Amino acid sequence: MSFFDGLRFRRVSSPIHNLDPRIKFIYACVIFAVAIIFWQLLPLVALFVLQIPLVLVAGVKRQWIRSMKGAAFLASIIFFTNFFVSFMSAGYRVTFTALESALAMTLRFLVLLGSFSIFFLTTSPDHLGLALEQSRVPYEFCFAFTTAVRFVPVLAEEAQTIMDAQKARGLELEKGNFLKRVRNYIPILIPLIVSAIRRSLELAEAMESRAWGATKKRTNLYVLKLRRGDYLFAAITAGILAAAIFIRLHFYIPRLEELLTGTI
Amino acid sequence: MIEVEDVYFTYPSGVEALKGVSLTIRDGEFVAIMGENGAGKTTLVKHFNGLLKPTRGRVLVDGVETTKVSVATLARKVGFVFQNPDHQLFCETVDEEIAFALKNFGFNQDVIEKRVSWALNLLGLSQYRKTSPFMLSGGERKRVALASVLAWDPKILILDEPTIGQDYQQKEKLRQFILQMNAQEKTVVIVTHDVEFVAECNPRVLLMRGGKIVADGEARKVLTNPEVLEQASIVPPQIAQIFLNLSDLGFPRDVIDVYEAREVLLKAFRSQKQ
Amino acid sequence: MPWKALMAIIETKNLTYTYPGAAWPAIKEVSIKIEKGEFTLITGPSGCGKTTLCRCFNGLIPHFYQGELKGEITVAGLKVQEHPVYEMATHVGMVFQNPENQLFALSVEKDVAFGLENLGVPREEIRKRVDWALKLTDIYELRERTPTELSGGQQQRVAIASVLAMQPEVIVLDEPTSFLDPLGAKKIFEVIYELNKKLGITIVLVEHRLDLTAKYADHIIIMDGGRVVLEGEPHEVLSSEEARLIGVGIPKATRLYKMLKADGVKLGGKVPLSSEEMAEKIREALKSRD
Repeated sequence: MSFFDGLRFRRVSSPIHNLDPRIKFIYACVIFAVAIIFWQLLPLVALFVLQIPLVLVAGVKRQWIRSMKGAAFLASIIFFTNFFVSFMSAGYRVTFTALESALAMTLRFLVLLGSFSIFFLTTSPDHLGLALEQSRVPYEFCFAFTTAVRFVPVLAEEAQTIMDAQKARGLELEKGNFLKRVRNYIPILIPLIVSAIRRSLELAEAMESRAWGATKKRTNLYVLKLRRGDYLFAAITAGILAAAIFIRLHFYIPRLEELLTGTI
Repeated sequence: MIEVEDVYFTYPSGVEALKGVSLTIRDGEFVAIMGENGAGKTTLVKHFNGLLKPTRGRVLVDGVETTKVSVATLARKVGFVFQNPDHQLFCETVDEEIAFALKNFGFNQDVIEKRVSWALNLLGLSQYRKTSPFMLSGGERKRVALASVLAWDPKILILDEPTIGQDYQQKEKLRQFILQMNAQEKTVVIVTHDVEFVAECNPRVLLMRGGKIVADGEARKVLTNPEVLEQASIVPPQIAQIFLNLSDLGFPRDVIDVYEAREVLLKAFRSQKQ
Repeated sequence: MPWKALMAIIETKNLTYTYPGAAWPAIKEVSIKIEKGEFTLITGPSGCGKTTLCRCFNGLIPHFYQGELKGEITVAGLKVQEHPVYEMATHVGMVFQNPENQLFALSVEKDVAFGLENLGVPREEIRKRVDWALKLTDIYELRERTPTELSGGQQQRVAIASVLAMQPEVIVLDEPTSFLDPLGAKKIFEVIYELNKKLGITIVLVEHRLDLTAKYADHIIIMDGGRVVLEGEPHEVLSSEEARLIGVGIPKATRLYKMLKADGVKLGGKVPLSSEEMAEKIREALKSRD
């Protein structure tokens, strides 16, 4: 119970959450690749819209919208720099081409962000750790990753307790000029570091006591196995890629100008 | 005096930790707040020095509402010793550690020196004056943390889980110390789930469960009421268990102290002899 | 006790250990014998060397802590100095004080599997033993939770399950309940008592709170200043004058019994360690006088 409850990792289940993280990662990469091979607005919009059903099925609408909103500022910078560059190179005239290419760049960014957000929002850290392990990343690294996720909320809570303990002894963090304020944090940082060191010693002791490093051939309780849903999702991903390449090579895609002026 | 008026508190995460708590702690009282982990004990006492402000309702310390003044101002009156001393010790020497709060409160150098010596003496730490707090044992670190709060002589003393990890003799010393503080008209509030310790101290007991107070009264009454204790996940103290077991023989139910138990039993055995 | 005739599972002779850089040894000439299947309680004032002694049982001392270890120590037939911690770990399970700092994984069952994974046990076997350990410690329903969603008592049961899954002959618990509330603590003691009685696992429990634990023990060791100062059958040891002088927290029932005895009230049989035993004695004494 604390201010940091939001940092805690909770297990959620949905068809998207249950997919193999490796397939989801490949999906995000494919979407990004497809976004790169098109420069017209129409397919990019379609690609962006394609993410929405996934978000809804996964039930992460609120978080996804939050991350898209977070990106809005960066997206607008991308839009304006691109637009400004083509605006200047076109002799200070607003053209449909300039507008379209700036919008396309922005959309590419949003598609990239949107698909990877789905990946991170629907993949639990322990699944991610497992995927890393099975992708032959050294176990020590995977262990460090999951342990970090496990202890971030614990340390955050501890920091809060330390802050409370020092405030109870009359420490006022907001008092004084800049230098004084920085120094105000010393009574918080030292106990935090000391506790973290104590904690890591205890953790090391507990790990040793549970046969850490007994064999190089470590086994695993869980194994990531591709299930029917994963094959289906992989097929959809492959379909998207194939369709995109096919369309890119054999179809004419109308540009923004043609769409708006009806001159196809 | 601490007055808590129908206080609700919800953490930003949405966890409702207090659900309508009202109580008054008068000056010079000795109160033990008990209940299972997560019952809201620590959340409640963090309201006493303003570390937390009620979501609804109000808390008054000597008539002043805690939302109106800073934690530092309230802390002059309400000393709060946290459970784990490692969460506050950071200085190079024990005497600097004890002087820390005094400096924050703006005492002048002479007074600081006097108060540090006084607090060191009070807790038997004088020989460690120039030692690093990190070199001391767990029990000693706990005493340094206590001394660092007592140094400014707060009127109200809150101790969060003071007996955790303490051995029998350390607990006995702590008990003597609390009783001594209390005899000097200090208000003492302890948060604990150590029933045997509370049974030996015999304070006023507040039992909490799920963010509410479920019982309030003398230790000998509250700790011998199995129904309420069960609710708060507390096991009765051993002496109480013996007398609850024997209640069908006409023994009083509300005995928690070993000396009182001896008197009661001696009387029973003697009357039987005649 | 029938198993007295059996072999000792832990045996030390003149065991002395000094931490690196320390001026004095933390334990001095400790010679003890713990029989297979016993429930042993180790107690004594803070800093008496209880925790240090426990660290010797699974080889954390000397392998992890280094320092200087003198004397002999044999656990489950192995000379501790000669076998690495990961090998000792399959014979001796360790449960520590702070439940938070011994769980590493993001799910309960993954934590319980951790030791077995480290040992390279095949997956099907891990699954079997994890489920077995979860059921014995009564946390099977919690297997998919993350540690931060559990109470301290539940976390500590996960820690017990995670050493239990390695099927050790001995489980050593170093003040496992100091952070727990009374009911959480009671549950832990019941779980380990059951492991002792049902599976015959040797239990070594370090505790201050004898009120709650003395009644489970077959054997009690009291340490002070790094030495073993009293040892034997709990009823005898705890009723001795020495135990009172060392200042261990003698159960209230035992204290009451001794006070009444000093007052000339005769209560028959063995010294009581629990409230039930004491109440029974009072009841009998009152009846017999009718």
